[in-house]
Amino acid sequence: MCTVCGCGEGHAHTHDHDHGHDHTHPPGHDHGPFHDHDHEHEHEAGALHYGKGPAGAHVPGLSQARMVKIEQDILGYNNRYADQNRAAFAAKGLLALNLVSSPGSGKTTLLCRTATDLKERLPVAVIEGDQQTSFDADRIRATGVPALQVNTGKGCHLDAHMIGHAMESLELADEGVLFIENVGNLVCPAGFDLGEAAKVVILSVTEGEDKPLKYPDMFAAARLMILNKVDLLPHLSFDVEHCVAFARKVNPAIELIKLSATSGEGLEDWYSWIDARRQDALKSRVVALEAQLAAARKSLEG
Amino acid sequence: MHEMSLTEGIIRVLEEQAEAQGFAKVKAVWVEIGDLSTVDADALAFCFEAVRNGSPVAAEARMEIIRLPGQAWCMDCSRPVTVKQRIDACPLCGGESLQVTGGDEMRIKELEVE
Repeated sequence: MCTVCGCGEGHAHTHDHDHGHDHTHPPGHDHGPFHDHDHEHEHEAGALHYGKGPAGAHVPGLSQARMVKIEQDILGYNNRYADQNRAAFAAKGLLALNLVSSPGSGKTTLLCRTATDLKERLPVAVIEGDQQTSFDADRIRATGVPALQVNTGKGCHLDAHMIGHAMESLELADEGVLFIENVGNLVCPAGFDLGEAAKVVILSVTEGEDKPLKYPDMFAAARLMILNKVDLLPHLSFDVEHCVAFARKVNPAIELIKLSATSGEGLEDWYSWIDARRQDALKSRVVALEAQLAAARKSLEG
Repeated sequence: MHEMSLTEGIIRVLEEQAEAQGFAKVKAVWVEIGDLSTVDADALAFCFEAVRNGSPVAAEARMEIIRLPGQAWCMDCSRPVTVKQRIDACPLCGGESLQVTGGDEMRIKELEVE
């Protein structure tokens, strides 16, 4: 078993359905399988009792069946790994950004340029997600920055578990920036938290300006939209204002940077944005370290 | 087709629960899917039928999908509204600045087991 696998957090309780009330837990409410409630119905984890009567309102008359209320997020499995990744990033003071877009938006070109420009002043590493080939990681490594290719095979997105494994193989310096280039796909990666500080969606002006409306989930999930290839705008009928209005329609808070990875226009805005996010990551690290220090002091005193 | 990996996630939860709570089979699973979630409910049901046979715990399970409406807060008229999709305008004032507040759930709610 790998070091990131093996979390077996169970959140469940059973109850008979012959009581007259209902209760739900808010999302994120977390507790182990053996907790106690003072409700009057039974909670017996780890035991199976046949023949205790009808299973309840959903399926009257089934004497051998019982209902188990579990209230688990379908993405819970991924989210647990994402939380582990997030904690690992925080402990290192590492800023992790999840770059998402359609294929061909210029993610890799932007990353090569970014890696080249930033590597002198801060540690940069890249995880490249594609279905097949290591072409992209090869391009990044050519800039002198460590990169790891993750091939998803038939998969349409990176998940948090893959990132956990990738972190084992990639040298990640403290207080640096980790760029995760997701599989080129504006649909599936939207729902998968990798533990990143932010999703950055890249849209190039050679694509349709209506993409934020066509693929709203991704634009809703992203904190920043990069409008790439703006050097080509004079040759195109792309309407920037419309595009931004569409993006804000699905995500009123989305931030915007217009740039060209080829001409260099707008890159300073992108680097300033990264620096600001990195400050956030460093602050989180200070908080984590102070908590660690306080715990160590307490142990010493106790 | 991320519905396939979501389905595998559901089956993993069923298997974990079977072990933790000592049941052998799931007869039905109730899944809540919000209208604004990142999953297509029909595709999820389709994938579930395709994948469940590989799991002794889930092989006979029926999936029941509970749809939850999309909820948003209209920043123009300051009222809570129900929307079908993220690109909808406010049904009350026609405003386009809606902040989604609910309906993006993807949750396994309940199981019928034996």
